[in-house]
Amino acid sequence: MNITNAKYHAQDGDKTKQNVSVICTIDGAKMSVPLDPNNMHYAEILKQVDAGTLTIADAD
Amino acid sequence: MALSKVQLSEATGRRNLVINGAMTVWQRATAATQAVNTYSTADRWRMDGSTGTDGAFTTERSTDNPFGTGYSMKAQVTTADTSLGAGQYARIYQYIEAQNLQHLLYGTSSAKTLTLSFWVKSSKTGTYSILLRKVNSTPYHFIHNYTISSANTWEKKVITITPTAGSTSFITASAGSIVNSNATGLELAFNLAHGSQYGIGTSNTWSSNTNTYGLNGQVNWMDSTSNNLYLTEVQLEVGSATDFEHRSYAEELAACRRYYIRLASNSTYDCYADGFLWTATNSMVFINFPQQMRAEPTLGHNGSFTVRTSGSDAAVSGIVVNRAFNDTMQMYVTHASKTEGKGCQLGNNNDADAYLEYIAEL
Repeated sequence: MNITNAKYHAQDGDKTKQNVSVICTIDGAKMSVPLDPNNMHYAEILKQVDAGTLTIADAD
Repeated sequence: MALSKVQLSEATGRRNLVINGAMTVWQRATAATQAVNTYSTADRWRMDGSTGTDGAFTTERSTDNPFGTGYSMKAQVTTADTSLGAGQYARIYQYIEAQNLQHLLYGTSSAKTLTLSFWVKSSKTGTYSILLRKVNSTPYHFIHNYTISSANTWEKKVITITPTAGSTSFITASAGSIVNSNATGLELAFNLAHGSQYGIGTSNTWSSNTNTYGLNGQVNWMDSTSNNLYLTEVQLEVGSATDFEHRSYAEELAACRRYYIRLASNSTYDCYADGFLWTATNSMVFINFPQQMRAEPTLGHNGSFTVRTSGSDAAVSGIVVNRAFNDTMQMYVTHASKTEGKGCQLGNNNDADAYLEYIAEL
Protein backbone atom coordinates (compact mmCIF):
# COMPACT_ATOMS: atom_id res chain seq x y z
CA MET A 1 0.00 0.00 0.00
CA ASN A 2 1.54 3.27 -1.14
CA ILE A 3 0.63 6.02 1.34
CA THR A 4 1.79 9.61 0.85
CA ASN A 5 0.92 13.19 1.90
CA ALA A 6 -0.34 12.11 5.33
CA LYS A 7 -1.69 14.83 7.60
CA TYR A 8 -3.87 14.74 10.71
CA HIS A 9 -7.31 16.35 10.75
CA ALA A 10 -8.42 17.72 14.13
CA GLN A 11 -12.10 17.51 14.86
CA ASP A 12 -13.76 20.85 14.28
CA GLY A 13 -16.67 21.45 16.63
CA ASP A 14 -14.80 19.76 19.48
CA LYS A 15 -13.32 22.29 21.94
CA THR A 16 -10.33 20.04 22.59
CA LYS A 17 -9.55 19.82 18.85
CA GLN A 18 -8.42 16.20 19.04
CA ASN A 19 -7.00 14.46 16.00
CA VAL A 20 -9.74 12.29 14.51
CA SER A 21 -8.51 11.24 11.08
CA VAL A 22 -5.53 11.15 8.73
CA ILE A 23 -5.92 12.77 5.33
CA CYS A 24 -3.64 11.01 2.85
CA THR A 25 -3.21 9.61 -0.63
CA ILE A 26 -3.47 5.82 -0.80
CA ASP A 27 -2.44 4.15 -4.06
CA GLY A 28 -3.18 7.39 -5.87
CA ALA A 29 -6.59 8.06 -4.31
CA LYS A 30 -7.24 10.78 -1.72
CA MET A 31 -8.63 9.21 1.45
CA SER A 32 -9.63 10.25 4.95
CA VAL A 33 -8.83 7.56 7.50
CA PRO A 34 -10.30 7.50 11.04
CA LEU A 35 -7.96 6.62 13.91
CA ASP A 36 -9.41 3.12 14.42
CA PRO A 37 -6.80 0.36 14.72
CA ASN A 38 -9.38 -2.03 13.21
CA ASN A 39 -9.43 0.07 10.04
CA MET A 40 -7.14 -1.64 7.48
CA HIS A 41 -5.77 1.69 6.22
CA TYR A 42 -5.02 3.06 9.69
CA ALA A 43 -3.37 -0.23 10.66
CA GLU A 44 -1.12 0.13 7.61
CA ILE A 45 -0.41 3.78 8.42
CA LEU A 46 0.68 2.78 11.93
CA LYS A 47 2.89 0.05 10.47
CA GLN A 48 4.59 2.44 8.07
CA VAL A 49 5.04 5.09 10.76
CA ASP A 50 6.62 2.47 13.04
CA ALA A 51 8.91 1.41 10.20
CA GLY A 52 9.96 5.01 9.69
CA THR A 53 8.75 5.10 6.09
CA LEU A 54 5.83 7.47 6.70
CA THR A 55 5.41 10.62 8.75
CA ILE A 56 2.12 12.35 9.51
CA ALA A 57 2.06 16.14 9.46
CA ASP A 58 0.29 18.02 12.23
CA ALA A 59 -3.26 19.23 11.73
CA ASP A 60 -3.87 22.83 10.70
CA MET B 1 -40.62 -35.28 1.82
CA ALA B 2 -38.51 -36.32 4.79
CA LEU B 3 -35.50 -34.23 5.70
CA SER B 4 -32.24 -36.07 5.41
CA LYS B 5 -29.75 -36.28 8.27
CA VAL B 6 -27.42 -33.96 6.36
CA GLN B 7 -30.15 -31.36 5.95
CA LEU B 8 -30.97 -31.45 9.64
CA SER B 9 -27.40 -31.36 10.92
CA GLU B 10 -25.61 -29.03 8.55
CA ALA B 11 -27.98 -27.36 6.15
CA THR B 12 -29.98 -25.26 8.56
CA GLY B 13 -29.16 -21.60 8.97
CA ARG B 14 -26.60 -19.80 6.85
CA ARG B 15 -24.10 -22.33 5.54
CA ASN B 16 -21.79 -20.45 3.21
CA LEU B 17 -18.90 -18.74 5.02
CA VAL B 18 -17.98 -16.92 1.80
CA ILE B 19 -19.73 -13.63 1.00
CA ASN B 20 -20.64 -12.91 -2.62
CA GLY B 21 -19.74 -16.45 -3.68
CA ALA B 22 -22.07 -16.22 -6.69
CA MET B 23 -20.47 -12.93 -7.80
CA THR B 24 -23.75 -11.03 -7.64
CA VAL B 25 -22.58 -7.78 -5.98
CA TRP B 26 -20.19 -5.41 -7.78
CA GLN B 27 -20.33 -2.00 -6.09
CA ARG B 28 -16.94 -0.80 -7.38
CA ALA B 29 -16.84 -1.84 -11.04
CA THR B 30 -18.14 -4.50 -13.40
CA ALA B 31 -15.84 -3.81 -16.36
CA ALA B 32 -12.32 -5.18 -16.72
CA THR B 33 -10.13 -3.65 -14.02
CA GLN B 34 -6.46 -4.22 -13.28
CA ALA B 35 -5.75 -6.50 -10.31
CA VAL B 36 -3.41 -4.57 -8.00
CA ASN B 37 -3.47 -6.26 -4.59
CA THR B 38 -6.65 -4.60 -3.51
CA TYR B 39 -10.41 -4.75 -3.87
CA SER B 40 -11.28 -3.55 -7.36
CA THR B 41 -14.32 -5.32 -8.85
CA ALA B 42 -16.53 -8.00 -7.21
CA ASP B 43 -17.32 -7.18 -3.59
CA ARG B 44 -15.28 -8.99 -0.93
CA TRP B 45 -12.88 -10.48 -3.52
CA ARG B 46 -9.34 -9.21 -3.54
CA MET B 47 -6.93 -9.77 -6.45
CA ASP B 48 -3.20 -9.74 -6.63
CA GLY B 49 -1.47 -9.86 -9.98
CA SER B 50 0.52 -6.93 -11.26
CA THR B 51 2.13 -6.24 -7.89
CA GLY B 52 2.99 -9.90 -7.42
CA THR B 53 4.39 -10.72 -10.86
CA ASP B 54 5.96 -9.01 -13.86
CA GLY B 55 2.67 -9.64 -15.66
CA ALA B 56 -0.84 -8.38 -15.08
CA PHE B 57 -4.44 -9.56 -15.18
CA THR B 58 -7.86 -7.97 -15.03
CA THR B 59 -11.10 -9.12 -13.45
CA GLU B 60 -14.63 -8.32 -14.59
CA ARG B 61 -18.24 -9.43 -14.29
CA SER B 62 -19.28 -12.05 -16.81
CA THR B 63 -22.62 -13.59 -17.71
CA ASP B 64 -20.75 -16.78 -18.68
CA ASN B 65 -21.69 -19.33 -16.02
CA PRO B 66 -22.68 -23.00 -15.77
CA PHE B 67 -26.39 -22.34 -15.34
CA GLY B 68 -27.39 -19.97 -18.13
CA THR B 69 -28.26 -17.18 -15.70
CA GLY B 70 -26.37 -15.17 -13.11
CA TYR B 71 -22.75 -14.09 -13.06
CA SER B 72 -19.19 -15.28 -12.74
CA MET B 73 -15.91 -13.48 -12.22
CA LYS B 74 -13.70 -13.54 -15.30
CA ALA B 75 -9.96 -13.12 -14.88
CA GLN B 76 -7.91 -12.41 -18.00
CA VAL B 77 -4.14 -12.19 -18.36
CA THR B 78 -3.28 -8.87 -20.02
CA THR B 79 0.51 -8.97 -19.63
CA ALA B 80 2.17 -12.37 -19.58
CA ASP B 81 4.92 -13.49 -17.22
CA THR B 82 6.43 -16.68 -18.64
CA SER B 83 9.18 -16.95 -16.05
CA LEU B 84 8.04 -16.26 -12.51
CA GLY B 85 10.58 -14.99 -10.02
CA ALA B 86 10.95 -16.96 -6.80
CA GLY B 87 8.84 -14.56 -4.76
CA GLN B 88 6.17 -13.84 -7.36
CA TYR B 89 2.53 -14.88 -7.32
CA ALA B 90 -0.95 -14.18 -8.67
CA ARG B 91 -4.20 -15.04 -6.93
CA ILE B 92 -7.82 -14.20 -6.14
CA TYR B 93 -8.76 -14.33 -2.47
CA GLN B 94 -11.23 -13.44 0.27
CA TYR B 95 -10.71 -12.68 3.95
CA ILE B 96 -13.35 -14.08 6.31
CA GLU B 97 -14.12 -12.27 9.57
CA ALA B 98 -13.05 -14.19 12.67
CA GLN B 99 -16.28 -13.83 14.64
CA ASN B 100 -18.13 -15.61 11.82
CA LEU B 101 -15.90 -18.67 12.25
CA GLN B 102 -16.25 -19.53 15.93
CA HIS B 103 -18.55 -22.50 15.21
CA LEU B 104 -15.66 -24.21 13.42
CA LEU B 105 -14.30 -24.96 16.91
CA TYR B 106 -10.74 -24.57 15.66
CA GLY B 107 -8.28 -24.87 18.50
CA THR B 108 -10.17 -27.78 20.04
CA SER B 109 -10.27 -31.54 19.52
CA SER B 110 -13.80 -31.02 18.12
CA ALA B 111 -12.61 -28.84 15.22
CA LYS B 112 -14.95 -29.21 12.23
CA THR B 113 -14.24 -30.52 8.77
CA LEU B 114 -14.94 -27.96 6.05
CA THR B 115 -15.87 -28.42 2.42
CA LEU B 116 -15.03 -25.98 -0.34
CA SER B 117 -17.01 -26.20 -3.57
CA PHE B 118 -16.87 -23.98 -6.63
CA TRP B 119 -17.38 -23.86 -10.38
CA VAL B 120 -14.36 -23.00 -12.49
CA LYS B 121 -13.52 -22.74 -16.18
CA SER B 122 -10.25 -21.82 -17.83
CA SER B 123 -8.60 -21.80 -21.22
CA LYS B 124 -5.51 -23.26 -19.51
CA THR B 125 -5.76 -26.83 -18.26
CA GLY B 126 -3.58 -28.36 -15.56
CA THR B 127 -3.09 -28.49 -11.82
CA TYR B 128 -4.19 -25.51 -9.76
CA SER B 129 -4.46 -25.03 -6.01
CA ILE B 130 -6.41 -23.32 -3.27
CA LEU B 131 -5.09 -21.97 0.02
CA LEU B 132 -6.97 -21.80 3.31
CA ARG B 133 -4.90 -19.76 5.73
CA LYS B 134 -5.70 -19.33 9.38
CA VAL B 135 -4.59 -15.76 9.78
CA ASN B 136 -4.94 -14.64 13.37
CA SER B 137 -3.07 -15.96 16.44
CA THR B 138 -0.72 -18.71 15.20
CA PRO B 139 -0.92 -18.90 11.37
CA TYR B 140 -1.41 -22.25 9.63
CA HIS B 141 -1.66 -22.80 5.88
CA PHE B 142 -3.69 -25.52 4.13
CA ILE B 143 -3.05 -26.26 0.45
CA HIS B 144 -5.12 -28.48 -1.83
CA ASN B 145 -4.80 -29.15 -5.53
CA TYR B 146 -7.50 -29.43 -8.17
CA THR B 147 -7.30 -30.13 -11.87
CA ILE B 148 -8.88 -28.24 -14.73
CA SER B 149 -9.27 -31.16 -17.11
CA SER B 150 -10.89 -29.63 -20.19
CA ALA B 151 -10.16 -26.21 -21.62
CA ASN B 152 -13.04 -23.72 -21.75
CA THR B 153 -15.43 -26.08 -19.96
CA TRP B 154 -17.21 -25.43 -16.66
CA GLU B 155 -16.19 -27.95 -13.99
CA LYS B 156 -17.41 -28.23 -10.38
CA LYS B 157 -14.71 -28.88 -7.80
CA VAL B 158 -15.25 -30.14 -4.26
CA ILE B 159 -12.41 -30.11 -1.71
CA THR B 160 -12.57 -31.50 1.82
CA ILE B 161 -10.55 -29.69 4.46
CA THR B 162 -10.15 -31.81 7.57
CA PRO B 163 -8.61 -30.17 10.64
CA THR B 164 -6.03 -32.94 10.95
CA ALA B 165 -4.93 -33.19 7.29
CA GLY B 166 -1.19 -33.79 7.27
CA SER B 167 -0.88 -32.94 10.93
CA THR B 168 -2.78 -33.73 14.10
CA SER B 169 -1.07 -31.00 16.08
CA PHE B 170 -2.06 -27.73 14.40
CA ILE B 171 -5.77 -26.95 14.09
CA THR B 172 -6.97 -29.24 16.89
CA ALA B 173 -4.47 -27.86 19.41
CA SER B 174 -4.98 -24.58 21.26
CA ALA B 175 -2.76 -22.69 18.81
CA GLY B 176 -5.27 -23.59 16.12
CA SER B 177 -7.92 -21.31 17.60
CA ILE B 178 -9.38 -18.34 15.77
CA VAL B 179 -9.51 -15.36 18.11
CA ASN B 180 -13.10 -14.13 18.37
CA SER B 181 -12.98 -10.61 16.95
CA ASN B 182 -13.80 -8.46 13.94
CA ALA B 183 -10.34 -9.11 12.48
CA THR B 184 -9.47 -11.62 9.78
CA GLY B 185 -9.91 -15.26 10.78
CA LEU B 186 -9.37 -17.16 7.54
CA GLU B 187 -8.13 -16.35 4.07
CA LEU B 188 -9.45 -18.39 1.14
CA ALA B 189 -7.34 -18.04 -2.00
CA PHE B 190 -7.54 -19.34 -5.55
CA ASN B 191 -3.97 -19.55 -6.73
CA LEU B 192 -3.15 -18.64 -10.32
CA ALA B 193 0.64 -18.74 -10.19
CA HIS B 194 3.44 -19.04 -7.65
CA GLY B 195 7.22 -18.78 -7.77
CA SER B 196 9.45 -21.22 -5.95
CA GLN B 197 9.51 -19.28 -2.67
CA TYR B 198 5.77 -19.62 -2.06
CA GLY B 199 4.84 -22.60 -4.25
CA ILE B 200 6.08 -25.14 -1.73
CA GLY B 201 2.88 -26.69 -0.39
CA THR B 202 1.85 -30.34 -0.39
CA SER B 203 -1.75 -31.07 -1.31
CA ASN B 204 -4.21 -31.82 1.50
CA THR B 205 -1.79 -30.73 4.21
CA TRP B 206 -1.76 -28.10 6.93
CA SER B 207 1.60 -26.42 7.38
CA SER B 208 3.14 -24.07 9.90
CA ASN B 209 5.57 -22.78 7.27
CA THR B 210 4.29 -19.26 6.63
CA ASN B 211 5.76 -19.25 3.11
CA THR B 212 3.29 -21.95 2.09
CA TYR B 213 0.93 -20.04 -0.15
CA GLY B 214 0.79 -22.33 -3.19
CA LEU B 215 1.20 -25.87 -4.40
CA ASN B 216 4.52 -27.22 -5.56
CA GLY B 217 3.70 -27.96 -9.20
CA GLN B 218 0.90 -25.46 -9.75
CA VAL B 219 0.50 -24.22 -13.35
CA ASN B 220 1.70 -20.77 -14.25
CA TRP B 221 -1.58 -19.27 -15.39
CA MET B 222 0.18 -15.96 -16.03
CA ASP B 223 2.25 -17.35 -18.91
CA SER B 224 0.07 -16.16 -21.82
CA THR B 225 -2.34 -13.35 -22.62
CA SER B 226 -4.61 -16.05 -24.04
CA ASN B 227 -5.28 -17.35 -20.53
CA ASN B 228 -8.55 -16.65 -18.78
CA LEU B 229 -10.33 -18.15 -15.77
CA TYR B 230 -13.95 -17.94 -14.67
CA LEU B 231 -15.13 -18.57 -11.10
CA THR B 232 -18.56 -18.70 -9.48
CA GLU B 233 -20.68 -20.34 -6.77
CA VAL B 234 -17.83 -20.47 -4.28
CA GLN B 235 -19.01 -22.08 -1.06
CA LEU B 236 -17.07 -22.90 2.10
CA GLU B 237 -19.17 -24.74 4.64
CA VAL B 238 -19.01 -26.93 7.72
CA GLY B 239 -19.46 -30.62 7.01
CA SER B 240 -20.11 -32.24 3.66
CA ALA B 241 -20.84 -30.41 0.42
CA THR B 242 -24.41 -29.25 -0.08
CA ASP B 243 -26.04 -27.38 -2.93
CA PHE B 244 -24.97 -23.77 -3.26
CA GLU B 245 -26.77 -21.52 -0.79
CA HIS B 246 -28.58 -18.93 -2.88
CA ARG B 247 -29.17 -15.69 -1.05
CA SER B 248 -31.30 -12.82 -2.27
CA TYR B 249 -29.48 -9.84 -3.76
CA ALA B 250 -30.61 -7.75 -0.79
CA GLU B 251 -29.05 -10.20 1.68
CA GLU B 252 -25.79 -10.42 -0.23
CA LEU B 253 -25.57 -6.64 -0.65
CA ALA B 254 -26.15 -6.10 3.06
CA ALA B 255 -23.39 -8.61 3.88
CA CYS B 256 -21.00 -6.86 1.49
CA ARG B 257 -21.85 -3.45 2.91
CA ARG B 258 -20.42 -4.42 6.28
CA TYR B 259 -17.07 -4.00 4.50
CA TYR B 260 -17.68 -1.49 1.71
CA ILE B 261 -20.38 1.02 0.79
CA ARG B 262 -20.40 3.09 -2.36
CA LEU B 263 -22.89 5.92 -2.73
CA ALA B 264 -22.95 6.42 -6.47
CA SER B 265 -24.99 9.01 -8.29
CA ASN B 266 -27.44 8.13 -11.01
CA SER B 267 -27.78 11.63 -12.42
CA THR B 268 -25.61 14.73 -12.77
CA TYR B 269 -27.05 16.43 -9.68
CA ASP B 270 -27.82 14.09 -6.77
CA CYS B 271 -27.76 14.51 -3.01
CA TYR B 272 -25.76 12.35 -0.57
CA ALA B 273 -26.03 13.93 2.87
CA ASP B 274 -27.58 16.80 4.81
CA GLY B 275 -25.96 19.18 7.27
CA PHE B 276 -25.27 22.80 8.09
CA LEU B 277 -22.63 25.46 7.54
CA TRP B 278 -20.43 25.41 10.64
CA THR B 279 -18.47 28.34 9.24
CA ALA B 280 -18.75 30.25 5.96
CA THR B 281 -16.38 27.81 4.26
CA ASN B 282 -16.87 24.57 6.24
CA SER B 283 -19.98 22.45 6.53
CA MET B 284 -20.68 19.43 8.68
CA VAL B 285 -22.83 16.83 6.91
CA PHE B 286 -24.04 13.53 8.29
CA ILE B 287 -24.66 10.09 6.89
CA ASN B 288 -26.19 7.00 8.49
CA PHE B 289 -24.83 3.86 6.89
CA PRO B 290 -27.37 1.36 5.53
CA GLN B 291 -25.41 -1.39 7.31
CA GLN B 292 -23.28 -1.36 10.45
CA MET B 293 -19.72 -1.52 9.16
CA ARG B 294 -16.97 -3.77 10.48
CA ALA B 295 -14.83 -0.85 11.65
CA GLU B 296 -14.87 2.93 11.49
CA PRO B 297 -14.58 3.26 7.71
CA THR B 298 -12.14 5.16 5.55
CA LEU B 299 -13.85 7.88 3.51
CA GLY B 300 -13.00 8.17 -0.18
CA HIS B 301 -14.55 10.36 -2.82
CA ASN B 302 -14.21 10.77 -6.54
CA GLY B 303 -15.57 13.43 -8.88
CA SER B 304 -16.97 16.93 -8.55
CA PHE B 305 -19.10 17.93 -5.54
CA THR B 306 -21.05 20.93 -4.37
CA VAL B 307 -22.75 22.17 -1.20
CA ARG B 308 -26.26 23.44 -1.85
CA THR B 309 -27.56 26.16 0.46
CA SER B 310 -29.95 29.10 0.25
CA GLY B 311 -30.78 28.43 -3.37
CA SER B 312 -27.24 28.34 -4.71
CA ASP B 313 -24.19 26.08 -4.89
CA ALA B 314 -20.72 26.31 -3.38
CA ALA B 315 -17.97 24.33 -5.07
CA VAL B 316 -16.39 21.72 -2.77
CA SER B 317 -12.61 21.50 -2.39
CA GLY B 318 -12.35 18.83 0.33
CA ILE B 319 -14.35 16.16 2.17
CA VAL B 320 -12.80 14.52 5.25
CA VAL B 321 -13.82 12.51 8.31
CA ASN B 322 -14.68 14.78 11.23
CA ARG B 323 -16.12 11.99 13.40
CA ALA B 324 -16.56 8.33 12.53
CA PHE B 325 -18.51 5.48 14.04
CA ASN B 326 -19.35 2.03 12.64
CA ASP B 327 -22.94 3.18 12.03
CA THR B 328 -22.61 6.83 11.07
CA MET B 329 -20.15 9.50 10.01
CA GLN B 330 -19.86 13.24 10.31
CA MET B 331 -18.04 14.59 7.24
CA TYR B 332 -16.28 17.94 7.18
CA VAL B 333 -16.68 19.69 3.84
CA THR B 334 -14.58 22.63 2.71
CA HIS B 335 -16.18 24.85 0.07
CA ALA B 336 -16.58 28.35 -1.37
CA SER B 337 -17.95 30.96 1.02
CA LYS B 338 -21.66 30.94 1.92
CA THR B 339 -23.78 32.11 4.86
CA GLU B 340 -22.75 30.50 8.17
CA GLY B 341 -25.46 28.65 10.08
CA LYS B 342 -27.63 27.76 7.09
CA GLY B 343 -28.73 24.22 6.31
CA CYS B 344 -27.10 22.50 3.34
CA GLN B 345 -26.84 19.37 1.23
CA LEU B 346 -23.74 17.68 -0.14
CA GLY B 347 -24.29 16.64 -3.76
CA ASN B 348 -22.49 15.92 -6.99
CA ASN B 349 -21.82 18.84 -9.27
CA ASN B 350 -22.78 18.07 -12.87
CA ASP B 351 -20.90 14.78 -12.58
CA ALA B 352 -22.87 11.55 -12.99
CA ASP B 353 -19.76 9.48 -12.18
CA ALA B 354 -19.13 11.09 -8.77
CA TYR B 355 -19.29 8.86 -5.70
CA LEU B 356 -18.55 8.64 -2.02
CA GLU B 357 -17.14 5.40 -0.63
CA TYR B 358 -16.76 4.01 2.86
CA ILE B 359 -14.19 1.27 3.34
CA ALA B 360 -14.00 -1.12 6.31
CA GLU B 361 -12.47 -4.08 4.47
CA LEU B 362 -10.36 -6.73 6.12
